[in-house]
Amino acid sequence: MSASLRFTTFAAPARFYRLATALNPWLWASAIVLTVAGLYVGFFVAPTDATQGESYRIIFIHVPAAWMSMVIYLAMAFWAAVGWILNARMASMLAHALAPTGALFTFLALWTGAFWGKPTWGTWWVWDARLTSELILLFLYLGYIALAASIDDVVRGDKASALLAIVGVVNVPIIYFSVRWWNTLHQGATISLTAAPKMAQSMLLGMMLMTFAFWAYAFAAAFTRAQALALERERDTDWVRSLSRAGAAR
Amino acid sequence: MSLAFRAIYARDLRLALRRRVEALLPVAFFIVAISLFPLGVGPEPQVLRQIGAGIVWVSALLASMLSVGSLYSGDHADGSLEQMLLSGQPGFVIAAAKAAAHWTVTGVPLVLAAPLIGLLLDLRGPALAALIFALLLGTPVLSLLGGLGAALTLGLRSAGVLLILVILPLTIPALIFGAGAVGAVDSGVSPSGHLSLLGALLILTGLGAPLATGFALRIALE
Repeated sequence: MSASLRFTTFAAPARFYRLATALNPWLWASAIVLTVAGLYVGFFVAPTDATQGESYRIIFIHVPAAWMSMVIYLAMAFWAAVGWILNARMASMLAHALAPTGALFTFLALWTGAFWGKPTWGTWWVWDARLTSELILLFLYLGYIALAASIDDVVRGDKASALLAIVGVVNVPIIYFSVRWWNTLHQGATISLTAAPKMAQSMLLGMMLMTFAFWAYAFAAAFTRAQALALERERDTDWVRSLSRAGAAR
Repeated sequence: MSLAFRAIYARDLRLALRRRVEALLPVAFFIVAISLFPLGVGPEPQVLRQIGAGIVWVSALLASMLSVGSLYSGDHADGSLEQMLLSGQPGFVIAAAKAAAHWTVTGVPLVLAAPLIGLLLDLRGPALAALIFALLLGTPVLSLLGGLGAALTLGLRSAGVLLILVILPLTIPALIFGAGAVGAVDSGVSPSGHLSLLGALLILTGLGAPLATGFALRIALE
């Protein structure tokens, strides 16, 4: 690797591949270690909640997953836009690699939310503004993934899905506020997550550990997927050939 | 620029006039789809009045999305879309003219069919007026967003279903405010708030969607 690092250094798929190869073991390891630690703190150390009992413990997965679902959508749109505007192949690949992870976290947030809602609210699902907009976020992810997968031409697929991701980002606030307003008109704010009592120190620790674990997982999964995409798309280049020769010789 | 807009708009209208039955398919779909709901949920006027606006809006959404798929595909197949883009006209002018033509051919009949639908679903007086105004403001939004979806999925194998999956989440605000206007009248509130928001949505979409559609067309034909 060259001594001087620039913003564009890792835009080259070959260099990105080497960077990801070097980072991935650490990322996967820290994802596993942090998850184990976070779940231990969440399930065994953190005290029982005064009002919600044990069922509140799902938040150690639910809240970080919900955060990640939104952060990843922004990151995906950002890299898709960079890939489109600057013609950076690797950025587009990274955007594609982020989408399934984002959709997974969105689904996880909805699923764990349902698990939390059943004992707490007495129902798996309510058409609450947050739940509804999270569901729509899942639809946006699915639309992006479906569009990217349906276009055979790589360049067109990258650009068209980038445009869709950007339009989605512009629309997310509009959708969120319209859903919120719709919700308040229809049933009133029955349940509020914002009125949660102050958290115990160990609860916060568990939440932070799980958040870092999910970040590490998101990086690891996206990098691994981006590596696979890079190998597939650049299969006719020298660096992939020499890589596969080295692999065959080993 | 406005010359190109008018030329494309007039051309699309003329094409629609030559295939009259085809142009009336969306509004036929709209009416048939709506008349299925009473058969499904029961004919009680009270229930129908309550869910009527939602039914009308969802059906309008689907009618627009199903018909918008062919907005660019015919011109794409015979090469005239490429010629339009090569003519040096900005992409957004072409996109705006196409969306305007789509609205005139499919959106306006939906609005005109609304009084008839009102009879079927027992929507009367101010509620029906709110529905018509909301459709008048909302159906152009559907045509504009649908045009974007049609450009993104141009020439793809499963374009029809894909377009619906990609664009429907973006149309949710129009659905909420459109159906909400009628709901506001039902609960004794003025619908002007909803209609204003729908108008704001129309302005925003009118400014943004043609630009994005123009980009999408160039991406598709590169």
